[in-house]
Amino acid sequence: MAVVVYTESENGKLKKSALEVASYAKNVADQLGLSVTAVAINVEDPASLGTYGVAKVLGVSDQALQGFNAKAYANVIAQAAEQENAKVVIISSSADSKYLSGILAAKLNAGYVPNVVAPPETTSPFVVKRTAFSNKGFAHTEITAQVKIIGVSNNSFGLVENPTDAAVEAFSPAVNDGDFGAKSVEVDKVVGKATIADADIVVSGGRGLKGPENWGMIEELAGILGAATACSKPVSDLGWRPHGEHVGQTGKPVATNLYIAIGISGAIQHLAGVSASKTKVVINNDPEAPFFKAADYGVVGDAFEVVPELIEKLKEFKGQNG
Amino acid sequence: MKILVCISNVPDTTSKINFTDGDTKFDTNGVQFVINPNDEFGLTRAMWFKEKQGAAVHVATVGNNTVEPTIRKALAIGADEGIRIDAAPTDGFYVARQLAEIVKNGGYDLVIAGRESIDYNGGMVPGIMATLLDMNFVNTCIGLEIEGNQATAHREIDGGKETISTTLPLIIGGQKGLVEESDLRIPNMRGIMMARKKALNVVAPVDAPSQTTDQKFERPPAKGPVKLVDAGNIQELIDLLHNEAKVI
Repeated sequence: MAVVVYTESENGKLKKSALEVASYAKNVADQLGLSVTAVAINVEDPASLGTYGVAKVLGVSDQALQGFNAKAYANVIAQAAEQENAKVVIISSSADSKYLSGILAAKLNAGYVPNVVAPPETTSPFVVKRTAFSNKGFAHTEITAQVKIIGVSNNSFGLVENPTDAAVEAFSPAVNDGDFGAKSVEVDKVVGKATIADADIVVSGGRGLKGPENWGMIEELAGILGAATACSKPVSDLGWRPHGEHVGQTGKPVATNLYIAIGISGAIQHLAGVSASKTKVVINNDPEAPFFKAADYGVVGDAFEVVPELIEKLKEFKGQNG
Repeated sequence: MKILVCISNVPDTTSKINFTDGDTKFDTNGVQFVINPNDEFGLTRAMWFKEKQGAAVHVATVGNNTVEPTIRKALAIGADEGIRIDAAPTDGFYVARQLAEIVKNGGYDLVIAGRESIDYNGGMVPGIMATLLDMNFVNTCIGLEIEGNQATAHREIDGGKETISTTLPLIIGGQKGLVEESDLRIPNMRGIMMARKKALNVVAPVDAPSQTTDQKFERPPAKGPVKLVDAGNIQELIDLLHNEAKVI
């Protein structure tokens, strides 16, 4: 018996979220007196998972699994969980992991809890803390089913090293044509730029920026910080920025280390969506903007003066601090 | 084409969230309930299929009779028939089992659910249904076209989007993008009057277990006051982010 963790990769490289869920799985395994087995699909260096406490890696190399397919990947994880007789399976909160979560839960007849922000409080009964009501609250949820799936919220646990010699075993699960009823025909993805899901820093603009032509400074600021760009709901509704950048209750959730809101007043729906970020900075010319109540640091001022100044000072800072 | 739109009855997005009964229950006092936004985008897309391609559109939800105004609203927007499964929606697995039964018995070609409800954020219902029913499934769906038996779906992925080719019967987990915010419809008087005459069938739940139970809720901890930096001294902000918050 082991705790099974699905460690995601992209182009053969493990994602940061994979290392975080592996770290989390080690914590759960320690609580249960078990070891961690990772499932790694087409990963170049699976043994590196040992750094985060993984004792065994089921390494899958299969051309048919080259691109993500939710049903096929869920089938692979389910077969690994069955082989390991796993009662606990850990996944991340990426779009792909959330896509396969329901499929996996049904296959394993498991109780699945997404958006989990802390290690299990108790393992008998099995209780985890998760966000609910789109970050406006937390729930302490007991998983009563025999098999439990935990979706770990991004950046909630962090990377914890537990150096272990990971034994890599080749794993050749059955992959059926029937798994590919929904086929990817095109992936349109920005390369070489941080995404809202993975970035440590997100720079976000609102209606206070007055128009899409003013996003140059947002892009520049994000570029200096290695940050992803985002926007408020009105901005995406107006078509100033693509929907994929809309963060908030009905857009993407943000759980990043630093969230910089520029010209965003802070509607309750927006604040809910970004509240999981650790440090929040607001720049707004209206001192009464609700975002000031939710932020850690604030600048009351005109974004068109403050942001260029911030860019200049950050360039100096980066120059001195690499 | 026969479409089932699964809708969830959720607190309006502006709602303040409080808990009651020793923090074991969501406090519905003073809360206005609406069609879950992710589901409303799907419902509006279904209306498009109805008007352009002659689809029949049913809506279903799991809940007691307090959810009926939300179903009536969907009927007023233009759905043809409502179904209420008379049970408390205890968890995602339970809800998926109930809805799967409706899909199985109703012979639907397309099932539109939301990627998640904005209250309990489970995000698992469409995926569980698809697996129980062995139907094709696309999540975080931001665009859908159907031609005969063939479907082309667009999915939001981290950092971009993906185009997926699939076939009916199909289940999607929808969100904004399926239609634009400006396409959403407010029921007019005629729609409201017609909705009163449309069938709203109440069906008994099937026996199914819950896999999870929310034992206790809490509100996020109160935040300390914001630290204000003078607009003329932006260097201080950088120093704070570097030395105090340690995020740059």
